[in-house]
Amino acid sequence: MKIMVAIKRVVDYAVKIRVKPDKTGVETNNVKMSMNPFCEIALEEAIRIKESGLATEVVAVSVGLAQCVDTIRTGLAMGADRGIHVEWKGEGLGLGPLNVAKVLRALVEMEEPRLLILGKQAIDDDCNQTGQMVAGLLNWPQGTFASKVVLDKEKQTVMVDREVDGGLETLCLDLPAVITTDLRLNQPRYATLPNIMKAKSKPIKKVTFEDLKVKVKSDIEVIQVTEPPKRKAGVILSSVDELINKLKNEARVI
Amino acid sequence: MAINVTLFRALRTQRSTIALSRFISTLILTEHDGSFVKSSSVSAIVAAKSLGEDNSISMLLAGSGPSLEEAAADAAKCHPSVSQVLVADSDKFKYHLAEPWAKLVELVQRRGGYSHIIAASSSFGKNILPRAAALLDASPITDVVEILGSHQFVRPIYAGNALSTVRYSGDQPCMLTIRSTSFLVSTESRLGTAAISQVDLSTIDEEIVGKSRYVGCSSQDAERPDLGNARIVITGGRGLKSAENFKMIEKLAEKLGAAVGATRAAVDAGFVPNELQVGQTGKIVAPELYMAFGVSGAIQHLAGIRDSKVIVAVNKDADAPIFQVADYGLVGDLFDVVPELIEKLPEKQLAV
Repeated sequence: MKIMVAIKRVVDYAVKIRVKPDKTGVETNNVKMSMNPFCEIALEEAIRIKESGLATEVVAVSVGLAQCVDTIRTGLAMGADRGIHVEWKGEGLGLGPLNVAKVLRALVEMEEPRLLILGKQAIDDDCNQTGQMVAGLLNWPQGTFASKVVLDKEKQTVMVDREVDGGLETLCLDLPAVITTDLRLNQPRYATLPNIMKAKSKPIKKVTFEDLKVKVKSDIEVIQVTEPPKRKAGVILSSVDELINKLKNEARVI
Repeated sequence: MAINVTLFRALRTQRSTIALSRFISTLILTEHDGSFVKSSSVSAIVAAKSLGEDNSISMLLAGSGPSLEEAAADAAKCHPSVSQVLVADSDKFKYHLAEPWAKLVELVQRRGGYSHIIAASSSFGKNILPRAAALLDASPITDVVEILGSHQFVRPIYAGNALSTVRYSGDQPCMLTIRSTSFLVSTESRLGTAAISQVDLSTIDEEIVGKSRYVGCSSQDAERPDLGNARIVITGGRGLKSAENFKMIEKLAEKLGAAVGATRAAVDAGFVPNELQVGQTGKIVAPELYMAFGVSGAIQHLAGIRDSKVIVAVNKDADAPIFQVADYGLVGDLFDVVPELIEKLPEKQLAV
């Protein structure tokens, strides 16, 4: 069974981002970039499923600038077998989940995996849409915000525990299916040096939008990017009595 | 009954003939909890109102059985701006699975031609709306915090460290999920009730149904105030050190009639269940008072609390980033501070 994992290259989660003075976006020049943490979790889950003998191949795919290849290489070093890069030359947060979903659908039709795993959201645009959209386009069942995934190869189903507002919900999906990963699904491994060396010889195929017959639809325009309102500076108090007093008489919240 | 159907048909005809006008009609994907419409869906109505003056607002409910009927009755009187309630009654919708729901939205949209479709940014809305958007070939705009016009919206990016103002330039429908903490519900009473009508499901595509099956769920004790709309939230972080110690946070919360929240670190460590997590990928809260104990203040946690009116932080480490956003900070040991607070605070405050 083949598993496809979609990964995204984003600004590293620990970076304190700055909004560009011209308000066209967020400063990404000379800023550390990494694989989106949710995508790492997605890849880790796919590799674990392969290691348990339930899958034979993990394909890591990414849609974006040329530098995405570095992120795919990291994925190969973690344990994916091969990569696919769909190059897009545009700017910033421009491509959007609908277009990425259409590309992923085309890749799925090309590669025929039984499972497509993605991170639930990218930490740059925080959209939380792509997995749901590609599932809709493929007419596949979806298990979003997964905190546990258990494959049943014989029945060709997958049990997914989902983190939802009220707690945990368990669904049983027929394969092929789309899963999006939440934080607690697993702890991704670090790529070891021998695996980083091995990854250099694993293939990364280049595919274009034309190859996939996907036409980019631009229906969202970014007007500006601004900083959120700053909170007024606070005060450090010296006792619980002072705190209670402030909350009661100054802030009037209790 | 006949009057309701006539009204529905009249509205539908009106919508399809006024193709070029700026007539706004909104479909609200409504979440209900047993017999009541969830307040997050009422926030979606508030958001719909700010799209523009002339807006015909319809609520779409799905489910099965008597609780659905009760929820529909509640929807019909929950807000003065609702003109219609559409009800999809079938076993398929019993557990709010995304696959049948998305097909339902597609069906209702193709018949009704709404200019906008809105859901709250809850796990229900986040799960369903994007899938429906793909079926309708529209890019959705999720987690909207401000509406500037019928097609212009503000949403947070980079864990709320930046705000992106976007314009939807595609064909209808314009599809949104909204943050309920940004669209507050005030108690507006209404005279009479909106018309309720049944959605004809005979032509719905059955193929996908059954490929996804609900197995079960585990949820927390419903007695505590809901984290999403509590007036006061008390959060514990890694500094609590154990699940046992969290009881202290719960006691303080009880004293104040507050909801209990937690950081990712506390949930990962097993101190509390996942539904208490507040932050970029957990719940977004905007209470009047947010108190954080043993919380360092990571970027991802702050993303979930930015819009709180008053933030209080208690931490042993004077350099903890949380103090940069706290209105009132106390550098000290939470194991001394929390018991002292429990002792000295006035008894449970009723909502004002």
